[in-house]
Order: sequence, then C-alpha cells, then structure tokens
Amino acid sequence: MVTAEQRAIAATARAAEAPRAVDPAMARDEGLARAQAWAALATIPDPEIPAISIVELGIVRDVRVEDGVLAVDITPTYSGCPATDVILHSITAALAEAGYPGARVVSKLSPPWTTDWIAPEGRRRLAAYGIAPPGAAAARIDVSGISPRRRPAVPVPCPRCASTRTRLLAQFGSTACKALYRCDACLEPFDYFKPH
Amino acid sequence: MSTDDRALFDYLLRLADSDLVLAQRLGEWVGKGPVLEEDIALTNVGLDLIGQARLWYAYATEVEARFAGAARTEDQLAFLRDGGDYRNLQLVEQPNGSYADTMARQFYFDQWHLRVLHALTSSRDPRVAEIAAKAVKEVAYHAERSADWVVRLGDGTEVSHARMQAALDDLWPYTGEMFAVDAIEQVLIDAGVAADVQALHASWRDGVAALCVDATLTVPAGEWMQGGRNRGGKQGVHTEHLGHLLAEMQFLQRAYPGATW
Repeated sequence: MVTAEQRAIAATARAAEAPRAVDPAMARDEGLARAQAWAALATIPDPEIPAISIVELGIVRDVRVEDGVLAVDITPTYSGCPATDVILHSITAALAEAGYPGARVVSKLSPPWTTDWIAPEGRRRLAAYGIAPPGAAAARIDVSGISPRRRPAVPVPCPRCASTRTRLLAQFGSTACKALYRCDACLEPFDYFKPH
Repeated sequence: MSTDDRALFDYLLRLADSDLVLAQRLGEWVGKGPVLEEDIALTNVGLDLIGQARLWYAYATEVEARFAGAARTEDQLAFLRDGGDYRNLQLVEQPNGSYADTMARQFYFDQWHLRVLHALTSSRDPRVAEIAAKAVKEVAYHAERSADWVVRLGDGTEVSHARMQAALDDLWPYTGEMFAVDAIEQVLIDAGVAADVQALHASWRDGVAALCVDATLTVPAGEWMQGGRNRGGKQGVHTEHLGHLLAEMQFLQRAYPGATW
C-alpha cells in the first residue's frame, strides 16, 4: 500500500535525481522533441545489417519525454544479439547530437520483438541488400510437428532472381537472425531473415 | 515470501546454468565444426543460450537481493561458483563426442527446453513469463535444427545411422532428470510459477518417438536413469565432466579476479 505521502516523497526524489531539461524546446513542445528524436533514431543503421535502420527493424518501441528528458524504449531482437550494446550506445550518441543529451534508454522484453514489426520500406531495403525479407512470423509456437518430414515447406524467394526454387543450407547464417539458403535457379547463396 | 524467493532463486539458476553449460559445450566446437555452416550454426545456438542465461541470471541476482540483502552479480554467479553449486541438468555437461553425440544431446534438450519455455510463457511470475516468451521463439529454431540432424544422420548411411542410434542410447539415462520434480520445484509449480515438467513428459516422449520414426531410429528402452531420487544436476550432483568444463570456463576469473575486457 503506497500512501499519498510516500508518492509525494518519491516524486520529489525523482525530480531531484532527474537531470534538468536540456533543451527548452522540449519543455515547450514535447511533440516536437519526440518527432526530432524519431528522425535522429531513423538515421541509426543496424550494426550487423547496415542496410536498414533500427527504427525500420522495429527495435525502437516508444519515445517519450519524462521529467524533462527523452526516454526511449527499445527491445532486443535476439537475447544473445551482440549488437545490443552497440545499439544502446548509438542511440544516446545520436540523440545527444540532435540536441538531446542524457536520454534514458530502457530495454523492454515484452512484448517480444517480432520480424512482423519490420516496416515495408525496411523489407524492400533488405531485399535490395541481398537478404530475403522474412515471411509472416508463426502465430504460435508449435511444440509438435518438429520433424522436417512433417513441417510445411514455406517458399523463400531468391532476393536476386525472385525464383522460389530455393533451399535451406543451414538454419543459421552469418548471424542468429538469418538462415543460409541457396537458389537453384541462379545458383547463388543468400541470407534469409528468419520469421521470428 | 522469503521461502518462495529462495526456491525461485534456485529455479532460475537451474534454467540459467543449463543454458550456460550447454553454450560452453557448443563453444568447444568453434573452429572444429564438420563444415563451416555447422560451425556457425552451433555457435549461434550457443549465443542464443548465453543471452537467455544472462536474462535468467539478471533476474536471479534481483531475487537473491530480496532474501539475502546483498546479491552476487551475473558474472559472479557464472564464474565464481563451484560445481556443487551449479544447478544444470547432467545431460548438458556431457562431452561433445561425435557430431551424432552433440546432436543427440541437443535434440533431447531442445525438445524439453521448447516445452518448458512454452509452459513458462504463462507463468504467474510476469518476469519469468516475459523471458520465456522471448526465449521460446529462439529455441523453436534450435529444435528444428537438431531434429533435422537426427533425421539426416539416422536416415543416412549405415555408419551415421549406427552412430546416431548409439548416441541416443548413451544419453538416454540423462533424460529422466528433466522430468523429476523435487520440493523446490513443487513449491513453485503449486504457485503457478514453474513449469510442471511431469505434465510435459508424455508430450516430450511422443515428440521424441515421432521423430525417431522419421529418422528410422529406435527410441531407447532403458528405464534406469542418472540422478534418480532427486540427486542429480538440479540438486548440484554432477558427473565428472562438469568440473573440467568449469575449470576452462572459469580459469580467467579465478586466475585474475575481477579482470574485465
């Protein structure tokens, strides 16, 4: 049970801890601050797939102004993704450059990141970069039917020649989020961004 | 609820330690995979498992702080506990052996891991549920991959078939422990926090059996299990292999305490 007095003390403590608003524009217009922040974030490439920005990848979940500073919610793609720390650093650096130093970046696990959040423009860029964009993510995880003989084959079109005569070479490609495929039409290997 | 927090801490270590120890084993394949794609795939699976272990350890440190006042860090939990304090399944500490042995170990574990995480997505502990929801999507790919290999080797050549069958048989006695429930797990199952592994046993057996049919393999029949009567890896009783694994994994922190990158 939190009393009104405890809430007041906590609010005072938060206010004392929080850095002062660094840009007067933020106090005047939070909407402008958010828009400028989103624009700055959209310039940050994913460290491992630089063809696409972290916004297009769906990593940035929310941008808001809290106690006079920007707070950014992000969600990791894979739990072991080594790019996560680099992304955190890039975000604070890009926002500082855009005039918003001291931004708070909060990593949230829930709801878990899904490739369905990759924007259409991001999908086009992936394909142009040579990575087949992901199909729709499974609505639910199927614990049975795990055998390759019982699994439905989902065609993955080749990003170079668009043929669907492709096959899986390895479930993991150059990163955990990609599988390695080969096109039997143009004979080129390619990465497939796995539905997740 | 300090009693439950102690149980929860132990349970989180069980989840984290199995992930970490298996990841360490998979890491031993670096540079030695049978083909480049496999080398990369094994380490990617290991990387997922380390990421998941970190999420469980991070939560464990918060829970430890609740009942112990002070908590160890993630790194202290990983690098400064001895074998008897490790709570991983004995299955995951078994040596890599041949590729069939590595894949049999992975297959048994993935089939269990997938079901446990799936069950944990509806845990009453919201933090456990959100970590599981994240991890289960990754493990679904691990499970597909190890199943692919069991079929490929089982339904392959005479030699690969024999090796795959021998690997399944050799590791079978380590699978019973995955479905054994001790007092610690029971408390948490009753509270709706932990996965009720006994309820998952039939589904696991069916999954393994169905895959063995496709792979032209025989489901091992032995009833005798390692770590019976709740004296197994989850209680800190390990095979001789864990000590050697930890000696290598923990060497740096033991020799140079507090060393950082």
